[in-house]
Amino acid sequence: MIAASDALAGGFTEAPLQSARAFREILEAMARPGTIRRVQGASPPPPLSVAAGVALLVLTDPTTRLHLAGRADCADVRHWVAFHIGAPLAAAEDADFAVGTWDALHPVSRFRIGQPDYPDRSATLIVECDRLAPHGPALTGPGIETATWLNLPETAAFRANRALFPLGFDTLFTAGDRIAGLPRSTRVENI
Amino acid sequence: MTEHLEAGAYNFAYLDEQTKRMIRRAILKGIAVPGYQVPFASREMPMPYGWGTGGVQVTAACLVPEDRLKVIDQGADDTTNAVSIRRFFQRTAGVAVTEATPEATVIQTRHRIPETPLKQGQILVYQVPIPEPLRFLEPRETETRKMHELEEYGLMHVKLYEDIARHGQIATSYAYPVRVEGRYVMDPSPIPKFDNPKLSGNPAIQLFGAGREQRIYALPPWTKAESLDFDDHPFETSKAPHDCDLCGAKDSYLDEVITDDAGGRMFVCSDTDFCAGRRARGMKGRLWAPKPEGVA
Repeated sequence: MIAASDALAGGFTEAPLQSARAFREILEAMARPGTIRRVQGASPPPPLSVAAGVALLVLTDPTTRLHLAGRADCADVRHWVAFHIGAPLAAAEDADFAVGTWDALHPVSRFRIGQPDYPDRSATLIVECDRLAPHGPALTGPGIETATWLNLPETAAFRANRALFPLGFDTLFTAGDRIAGLPRSTRVENI
Repeated sequence: MTEHLEAGAYNFAYLDEQTKRMIRRAILKGIAVPGYQVPFASREMPMPYGWGTGGVQVTAACLVPEDRLKVIDQGADDTTNAVSIRRFFQRTAGVAVTEATPEATVIQTRHRIPETPLKQGQILVYQVPIPEPLRFLEPRETETRKMHELEEYGLMHVKLYEDIARHGQIATSYAYPVRVEGRYVMDPSPIPKFDNPKLSGNPAIQLFGAGREQRIYALPPWTKAESLDFDDHPFETSKAPHDCDLCGAKDSYLDEVITDDAGGRMFVCSDTDFCAGRRARGMKGRLWAPKPEGVA
C-alpha cells in the first residue's frame, strides 16, 4: 500500500494544453511509424515510464478498459490510474489499452484485433522498452516514404499482426520520455 | 490562471477533455486503418450540421497552442464558413491564424486541397458531408459496412461504367472515389477530381471528419490513394480550359465568375492564397487591374 498522497501526484498540471501537445506527438508517431518523438508532463509511479504515463493520460479514461501487464500491475500504478484516469482494469482479452514490457504482454495474440466490420474495435498496446533507436528491422507502408527503422523487440509477432490487416492491434513503444508508433498497417522486414 | 481561460473562459479548443480523448482515439484508429471510417460520438457544435462540425471537432482534437491555423472554403480564405471557423478557434484556442499555405501547421478545408504542395508537419483536416462512398448506391448502413468488410466494390465500378455508357466518359467530377492502399474505397469529400492526385503520396497527415454522420477517417503521410478507373478509361483530372484571369495561372483549379447580365464571365483561381501570392510576385492575368497609386 502506498500513501494516498503519492497517487495524487504525477498527473498533468494543465491537462488541456499538456494533453494537446502530447497527443500531437503521439499522432505524428503513429502516422509516421518508426519516428521517435518526445512527450512530457506526467510522472507516473515506477515501473511506468514518463511516455507511458503520458500516453495513458492522453488516451485512456473511464470508457476504456485497461490491462496492466507484469510489473506494471502493482499497487502504485493501480492507485495512480484510479485517481488520474479512472479506467476500469481488465483482462488482456477484453482490454482497449494494455501497458507493460513486451515479455509481460506476451502472448500478444490474446489481445483484441477488432471485428471484420469494425476493425477499430481493437487493442492498443503500450510497450515499455529500455530504449528506442532508429535502427533494426526496416518498416514500410502507410506513413513511410521509403523505409524507416526501429529496434522492435521482435518481428514475427508484428508480421503476423500485419497479415491480419485490416484487423490487428496497434502499438506504441515507450522508453523514458520517448515514444514511437507501429500501427497494424506497417510491414515489418523479416530478419 | 492559464492564458486560454483568461482569453475567453472556454476550455482549450472548446471541447471538453473527455470528448477530445474520444476523438483522439478515433483519429489514431483511423490512421492505423487508412480509409476505414471510424465511428465516433460526434458532439453538438455551436454551428449547424453542414458547416463543418466534423472538421471542427477533428481540428479541436489536434490543435496545440503553438499552431498556426488556416481555414479555407472552396479554396477561399475569406468566405463566411472559413472566416467563422477561423474566428471560432482564435477565440476558443487562442491560436495564430494565417492565410498562407506554407506557414500553416493545421489547415481545415471545405472541398479543396491547396494548390501549394503541403509538407511534413502539416495536418489537412477535411469537412465531410457524406463519408460513405457507397451511400448513394446502397442506402443501408448495415449493407455498406458489409460491403467494406468483404471488399465488395463492384457496385462502384458499375456506377462509373454507367457514366461511360451514358456520357462516353466518367462524368463524376467531384467526390471521386479512391482506393486506399489497395483496400478500402474512400470518399475524399467533395473535392474536385482535379485534386485527387494530391491525395496520394502527400507528406502531410490528412484527416477527414463528418460530424452529422459521426465518422472520422484518415490518410497517413505517403499513403497511396488510387482514383478508381478502367484500363480503357483511365482516370483523368478536369478543370475549366482557361487561364486564371487575375494571376494568369495555367495549372490551377478555376472558379467561373459571372460579371454582368450579358454573358460576361471570368475565370479565377479557386485557391485565393495561391492566386494572391502569384500576383504579389508580379504575375498578371487577362483582367488584372491593380489599384491606382494612392488609393487605399
